[in-house]
Amino acid sequence: MTSPTSTTVTGTPYGDGRAPDTPRAAGRVAPGNTGSRASRVLGILALGSIVLLVLYGLVWSPPDAEMADSVRLMYIHVPAASFLYAGCFITTVASAMWLRRRTPGWDALAGASAEISLLFAAITLGTGSLWGRPTWGTYWTWDARLTSTALLTALLVGYLALRRLDVDPTARSTRAAVLGLLLVPNVIIVNRSVEWWRSLHQRSTLVKLDPTIEGQMLVALMVGFLAVGLVFTWLLVHRFRVAWLEYQSERLDLDLALAERRAEAGHAGEARESTPA
Amino acid sequence: MEPVVHLRAAVALLGRFPALAGIDLDVARGEIVLLRGPNGAGKTTVLRACAGLVPVVRGEAVVLGHDLRRDPRPVRRHVGLLGHATGLFDDLTVADNVRFWGRACGADPGDIAAAMALVGLDGRLRDVSVGRLSAGQRRRTSLACLLARRPELWLLDEPHAGLDHETRDQLDGLIGRAVEQGATVLIASHELDRAESLAHRVVELAGGMTVAPARPAPGVPTAEMPVSRTQEREASSPSPSPPEVSHVA
Amino acid sequence: MWRDAALVAGRDLRVELRSRVTTNQVAPFSVLVLILFAFALDPDRQLLERLASGLYWTAVLFAALLAISRSAAIDETDGVRDALRLSGIDPAGVFVGKAAAVAVVLLGLEVLLGVGVVVLYGVDLAGAGLVVLAALAATVAVAATGTLYGALVSGLRVRETLLPLLLLPVLAPVLIGATRAFEAALAGVPTDGWPWCGLLAGLAVLYAVAGALAYGTLLEGS
Repeated sequence: MTSPTSTTVTGTPYGDGRAPDTPRAAGRVAPGNTGSRASRVLGILALGSIVLLVLYGLVWSPPDAEMADSVRLMYIHVPAASFLYAGCFITTVASAMWLRRRTPGWDALAGASAEISLLFAAITLGTGSLWGRPTWGTYWTWDARLTSTALLTALLVGYLALRRLDVDPTARSTRAAVLGLLLVPNVIIVNRSVEWWRSLHQRSTLVKLDPTIEGQMLVALMVGFLAVGLVFTWLLVHRFRVAWLEYQSERLDLDLALAERRAEAGHAGEARESTPA
Repeated sequence: MEPVVHLRAAVALLGRFPALAGIDLDVARGEIVLLRGPNGAGKTTVLRACAGLVPVVRGEAVVLGHDLRRDPRPVRRHVGLLGHATGLFDDLTVADNVRFWGRACGADPGDIAAAMALVGLDGRLRDVSVGRLSAGQRRRTSLACLLARRPELWLLDEPHAGLDHETRDQLDGLIGRAVEQGATVLIASHELDRAESLAHRVVELAGGMTVAPARPAPGVPTAEMPVSRTQEREASSPSPSPPEVSHVA
Repeated sequence: MWRDAALVAGRDLRVELRSRVTTNQVAPFSVLVLILFAFALDPDRQLLERLASGLYWTAVLFAALLAISRSAAIDETDGVRDALRLSGIDPAGVFVGKAAAVAVVLLGLEVLLGVGVVVLYGVDLAGAGLVVLAALAATVAVAATGTLYGALVSGLRVRETLLPLLLLPVLAPVLIGATRAFEAALAGVPTDGWPWCGLLAGLAVLYAVAGALAYGTLLEGS
C-alpha cells in the first residue's frame, strides 16, 4: 500500500494553502445548505421518474402469470439490490483513492456511499421479505440473495461502526479506508459462497429474471432502474456534501491553530515568524 | 561540521493539534542537550519528531543527514528512544525482551548480551518476568534495548524519573560513555539539578516553541545556562497546559 | 521478512505459553460452548451428531475471536507500536508472524474440540485426509483474516465489541466452506468436499496477501 511519504506532508488535516479537493466537479456548494442547480435538476428528475415508476409499476404493467401482483415489488427490489452493489463498489474505490491521495473528499465519499448503501440494503431486504410472504408463505427464507444481502448489511453496519470511532481523524480514516477496500472483495466472496451453498438445496433464487420478460413488465423494470438510480445518486450527492461541509467546519487554518498555540504560552511577542517552507 | 539535529521553525502535528509550533534547535555531534519546559510544552514531541515518529509539516527538520519532511523512516534505524512507555512485554523475561527488540533492530547477539551486562541485568534478574520488576528495573531493561541498537542519537524522555540514586548514577555513566564513543544525546526533563549538571546546554521550550535561542556549539560543546529573565517570564505568564497526552497516538 | 516473521511468531507464542491464558481460559471456554450446544439442542445424540460439523466450526470461531483478541493485545502494550516502527522490522513480517502464531494456537484448540466432538456428540471420524486439509486451510484463513481485522481494531477502547462485528460476517464463507467439507468427509463422500476445501485455500491465500500488504499502512497510520 502507499508509503507514508505521501502522507506526512500532503495528508495533513489542513489544506496547507491548497484549494479543497473534491471528486465532484459539478455544482458549487452553497453555504448553509447542500443544494445546487445541478442537484435540484437531479431531484426533479428523480421525482418524475418515481411518478413514472408508480404508474408503470402499479397501473400500466400487468400482473405476472406466476407471481401475480407481488411481481411489482421486483421493480424496486432488483434495482435496489443493484445499486446496493454499486454503492459498495463506490465505497471501495473511494477508499482506494483515499489511500493513494489522502485527500478528505475521498474519505467523505466512501462514508456517504456506505450509508446510502445501507439504506438500500434495508430496502432490498424489506421488499424481498414482503415478496416472500405471498409467494412462499414466510417473511424470511434462506434464499441465496436474501442471505447474502443480510451478510452484506452486517458488513456495512460494521464499516459504519468503525467510522464512528472517537479517535484522531487521520487514524480513523486510515482504518476505515483499509476496511472499505476489503468491502467489495468480501461482498464477492460472500455472494459466491452463499449462492453455491444454497444452490445445493434450492433450484431457483429469489429473482430468476424470466428471460422472456417483455412488454410492459420490462418497461416497468427499466423505469424502476431509472428511478432507483436517480434517487440513489441524489441521496449520495447530498450525503457527500453534508460530510464535506462537516469536514470544512471542523477544519482549522493551520496558521490560526499555530497562533493560538503560541499565544497560550504568552510568547506572542517573542514568537519568531514561521517561515512557510 | 554538520549538526546531528537541525530544526528550524519546525511545526509538527498530533492529529489536528500543533504540538510543535516553531522549534529551532541545533545539536552538534557529541553534545548533551537538555530540553526543559512546562507540561505540554512539546518536549516529548520534539524527541518523537527527531525519531521520525511524528511528522513535521513545516519548517526544516534534518536529523543525522536525513530530511524528516521528505521521509521520516530512514532515520529511525539510527536513533534510540527511551520514552515514558517502556515498550516491554510483561509476560516475557528481561532476556526475552532485550533479545526480541535487539533482533528486531538487527543487532548482533554480542551487542545484545553486552547491553544487558552494561545495565546490570545479566545476573539474577535476567530470567525474571518484566511484569514483576520495579519501575527502575523496567527502565533499565528498556535502556538495554536501546543500548543494543548502538544508536548515534539518544532521545531520552524523563530518563531519571522514578530511579534511585544508584541507578541514576549508572545511567549518567552510560550516557557519558556513549558520548565519548561519538553519540549525541537529547534529554527532555523537568529535573533541575541532576540533568542540568549532566548537560552541556539547556534549551527552554514553551507552547511548542523554543524560548531561549539555541546556539549551535561549534564542535566543542559549551556549557550554557538559560537567561534567567525568560524563566521569570515563564513563571508569571498564564500557561494553561493543553492535554498533550490525549493526542499521543 | 521471513526472519522477522519467525521472530514475531516466536514472541507471540512465548507470551501465550508464559501467560497460559489459552490453556487455562480459552480452551475450557470452547469446550464449554460445545456443552452449551448440547443443552440448547436436544441431547438426543442423533441431532447433535448430524449437526456436529456446524457446531464444531462455530465453537472454533468463538474461540478464534478470543485468540485473535489476545494476539492483538500483545502489540497494544504501551510503547510497543512506537518501538516496532523504530526497529525497522518489516510490517509484513510482523503480520505473517502474528498470523502464524494464531494459527498454531487455533490448531491446538481444534484438536481439543475435535476430541470433544467425537466424545460428546458421538461422531465417527472418517475421510481423514479431507478433514485435515480442510481444517488446515480454514485455520490459515481464519488466522490471516483475524490478524488483519485485529490490527484494524487494535488499540481501540471498543476493540472487544467491534472485532466480532467486523470479523464474523467476513468469516461466514469460511464457516460455510469448512462445515460443508467436514460434512462431506464424515458422510463418506469426500468428492463433494474438495471444492469447498479449495474455497478455503483460496480465502487463506487472499487474506494472507491482503494482510501482508495492509499491515504497514495500519501500523503507521493508526
